[in-house]
Amino acid sequence: MAYPKSYRYTKEHEWIEVKGDLATIGITDHAQHELGDVVFVELPKPGAKIEAGKSFGTVESVKAVSEIYAPASGEVIEINGELQNKPETINNDPHGAAWLIKVRLTNAKGISDLMDAPAYEAYIAEKGKETSA
Amino acid sequence: MRYLPKSPVERREMLAAIGAKSIDELFASIPEKYRLRGALKIPGPYSEAEVIQYFKERAAENAAGYTRFLGAGVYNHLRSVVTDTIIQRGEFLTSYTPYQAEISQGTLQAIFEFQTLMCQLTGQDVANASMYDGSTATTEAVLMAERLTGRQRVLIARSVHPEYREVLKTYARNSGLRIEEIPFSTSGTVDTKALQGALKDDVAAVVAQSPNFFGAIESYAPLAEAAHAEGALFVVAIAEGVSLGLLRPPVEADIVAMEAQSFGLPPSYGGPFAGVIAAREKCVRQMPGRLAGQTTDSEGHRGFVLTLATREQHIRREKATSNICTNQALCALAATVHLTLLGKEGLREMAEQNLSKAQFALAELLKIPGVRRAFDAPFFNEFTVELPRSVKIVNSHLLREKIVGPLALGTAYPELTKKALVCVTEMTPRAEIERFAGAVKSALEQPV
Amino acid sequence: MRWNSRFRRIEEVVANELRPLARQMRNMNEKIKKASRHVSQKEGLIFEKSSPGKRAFELPPLDVPVADASKVLGAHHRGDGVEGFPEVSEIEVIRHFTRLSTWNHAIDLGMYPLGSCTMKYNPRVNEFVARLEGIATEHPYQPTDLSQGCLKIQWLLEKCLLEITGMDAITLQPAAGAQGELTGLLLIRAYLQKQGNPRKKVLIPDSAHGTNPATAVIAGYEVENIKSGANGQIDVAGLRRLMNEDVAALMITNPSTLGIYEQHLPEIAQILHAKGALVYMDGANMNALAGITRPGDVGVDVMHLNLHKTFSTPHGGGGPGAGPVAMKKILEPFRPVPILVEKENGRLALEPVRRESIGRVKAFSSNFGVLVRALAYILAYGPGVRQATEDAVLNANYIRKHLEGVYELPYSLPSMHEVVFSDAIQKKDGVNTMDIAKRLIDYGFHPYTTAFPLIVPGALMIEPTESESREECDLFIDAMKSIAEEAATQPELVKTAPHTTRVGRLDEVSAARKPVLRWKPAAPRSTAAD
Repeated sequence: MAYPKSYRYTKEHEWIEVKGDLATIGITDHAQHELGDVVFVELPKPGAKIEAGKSFGTVESVKAVSEIYAPASGEVIEINGELQNKPETINNDPHGAAWLIKVRLTNAKGISDLMDAPAYEAYIAEKGKETSA
Repeated sequence: MRYLPKSPVERREMLAAIGAKSIDELFASIPEKYRLRGALKIPGPYSEAEVIQYFKERAAENAAGYTRFLGAGVYNHLRSVVTDTIIQRGEFLTSYTPYQAEISQGTLQAIFEFQTLMCQLTGQDVANASMYDGSTATTEAVLMAERLTGRQRVLIARSVHPEYREVLKTYARNSGLRIEEIPFSTSGTVDTKALQGALKDDVAAVVAQSPNFFGAIESYAPLAEAAHAEGALFVVAIAEGVSLGLLRPPVEADIVAMEAQSFGLPPSYGGPFAGVIAAREKCVRQMPGRLAGQTTDSEGHRGFVLTLATREQHIRREKATSNICTNQALCALAATVHLTLLGKEGLREMAEQNLSKAQFALAELLKIPGVRRAFDAPFFNEFTVELPRSVKIVNSHLLREKIVGPLALGTAYPELTKKALVCVTEMTPRAEIERFAGAVKSALEQPV
Repeated sequence: MRWNSRFRRIEEVVANELRPLARQMRNMNEKIKKASRHVSQKEGLIFEKSSPGKRAFELPPLDVPVADASKVLGAHHRGDGVEGFPEVSEIEVIRHFTRLSTWNHAIDLGMYPLGSCTMKYNPRVNEFVARLEGIATEHPYQPTDLSQGCLKIQWLLEKCLLEITGMDAITLQPAAGAQGELTGLLLIRAYLQKQGNPRKKVLIPDSAHGTNPATAVIAGYEVENIKSGANGQIDVAGLRRLMNEDVAALMITNPSTLGIYEQHLPEIAQILHAKGALVYMDGANMNALAGITRPGDVGVDVMHLNLHKTFSTPHGGGGPGAGPVAMKKILEPFRPVPILVEKENGRLALEPVRRESIGRVKAFSSNFGVLVRALAYILAYGPGVRQATEDAVLNANYIRKHLEGVYELPYSLPSMHEVVFSDAIQKKDGVNTMDIAKRLIDYGFHPYTTAFPLIVPGALMIEPTESESREECDLFIDAMKSIAEEAATQPELVKTAPHTTRVGRLDEVSAARKPVLRWKPAAPRSTAAD
């Protein structure tokens, strides 16, 4: 799956799309692939504050729970309620329909330091080599 | 040794195959100075006959031959031989937790049936595969309420089993939970005024037991309304499950913690029993313990698996909903078989017999001068009477008649001296109830 | 190769005949309504057999006047009977549960090599004595003078377990290992509190059971994971660096979940003790030590025992167990109440109150029926418990010897009662530990423990116990070799296993996404058709 050029990516495999002071956050195709079939997502309530680098939710497969880390700090303005009933969307369309939360950024600093699509693709390719070695 | 399937020759050959000269070589990683030199100082080895003899001798030193009027969380009910026959099948008895679903379908389907029975009994949406007992189920229900509400204050009725409350306090001590007790009224049930006075929007759970420790039946609706008005969850503990054959289920509760001992499990000096947590569907992700769920196999046939395991300690470790691993699966199976045998009518009839016998016993006791009812709330198979003298003294007289008398409430409730908790079940014959009442009467007539 | 030819036939039979047959039979379930054994079995839920008026249980007639429930309970307490409860006959109950039972693997059917679970033979005399009149029938609140038999059983069991562990005091109250862990940590907390500071954290090796960290949190501690050293043991130098006065305790499993004895335990204990912290030992693996060495002699301060592992009480599909906690003298004042004591007249009694007690961890005395079974086991062996331990370790090493090289052995230190391999060799053919485990089912064995301990990627954790004969061990070894061969030559056969069970691999994903956790009656129309 292609990694959208307009997104930025974290080492923990989250993506963020910034438009003005609003941002949309999700997990990457690579992350969903590693997790396997997603069965449940736990997200914060609208109004909650998230902080860059800190966990703001979890995503579960049958036998694993993974933390989702915030790529930036801000206030949650909307969560993707569809995921409660259709967690499989994360496997099917991680970069689109399966966005997790929308955030009003309180501090955009640091976002530009995140990886762009080619850098992230190189990063996961490198990781892949490590694990198969 | 009869349990060990190896001859000395086989042991030697296996050691040779490993390349070890002696068995001691296999323990070489244990420093020499820490290895035991002599034999353990424990009795045995005993043959099967000797083992049986030892336990028969111990059994004879207990209360066999006595008629007991004790309940208080442990009840003597009729059990079918079918229940023990089933649970002693090696395929149930000697199997592990059903993690490998393809060769554990028997256990998994039985758990699914247990969960269903528990939901039907309690009027709840989901039930787990068992907790240790009623006391830890109650405690875990409170911890669940804490997670669901994010609050830390808990109001528990003083009429909840004293040992359930003690266990809750042990678990709560280091978790930041603040446990407050709500007094009981003159009717023996929760003092709703006191409850309302204590309720604020910082309360996680209101906990009541019904029938409660005094045998009194609580009215759920006002307690639930009060709790819900402040956003607290209403937790109901049930120690005597047979009561549900006649009583309305606690549909107003958000979480029910039940002791399933009454369903085919012997008193066994206090355990093993089976606790249950049943709850509303919205609470399921905060539920502790195992859950069996229905699914399909690769060919589309119905099958069962352990599910929502990410709640549990083996996956979520320090963030798990509970540390429980081993539960009381075989006891839950016994309850499943027992309730299946009883069925709808059997359970109703058993409950009706309990109610009738308790009514009869109370009437017999009230004929004795000076004996009166302590509380006026309706009761099921246990009730509290006030005696004109110390319960302990009366009980010591009863022992001479081979009767184990009622529980003296003064031990756990200093304000309830001379109050006795009497339990009768379908197992207590009328003649024994009459003999008991006669013995109480003569005990009270004895000079001080 | 001998083992290869021996299973060639089975492999062919499975692939060419059994597997299609199994599928065919499973599908025939739609047509075959009658149950028979094995793959063609069909048995619905008990609720689906219900029909109003059928009965499996009759009570003796009531010998007192019938109470009018609505009148004595009041209309608002009176229910209408339990909706949906089954109504079936006795023979249907027997057949239903008997059929279900045949879908389980069990120790009674064959080797059950689950690592860390100690699936040993559950002697039948234990079941018999636990059900005796005078034992199963006793009420926990009857006078202690009328409970001397029950109390003597507990007293003797306490003495035996203290002798086996080398500790000073014990509580039999905890209902299972995890509750034993909690009890142990609460004892440590109470002890440290009395010194003035309960401290903040508990150190837990990354190889530990999940119950350890989950328990530490309930006891009010933060968990600090410590990495195992390169050889799989605790990294002593690392521990020394990590150690400070915030640490309340180290929770250590010995032998570790790799089946390796922690040789440096006395030194580890010294490091902890020097900073005023205590050592908790998870006794899950005591089957490697009983009669050979005693935790109390190597610096352990408190530990639990799993009676349903080491002491043969049945697992029963997940429980019940019992988790007695043995401790050194310093922790004794904090034991849960009630406490079993011997009076001057030689009578035993239960002391209900102790000022410094941590309180109760469960209602009533204990999982008493489990204690009875454990004592029956100990009495049958006596000091011969040592022989059981030796045989358990012998079996594990025998299996290790024969499978080393066929499967990768990630840690080479000597094995005690269990051996942990990894699927590294088979991974190259796309076959993982779960696939091998499922394939083992086709060979008539229960799988070993998969994917644990967490420090071994793709772990195969094998614990045969002393209950396996050489013959059974050989069959297991041959099966494992044959599967390794299949993984290399016909990986699909392994990856789609099991092929001979009543159900194939189950859809765990749907089960978790849309949980169906109870039966509900079908739509009204079909009920009417009955």
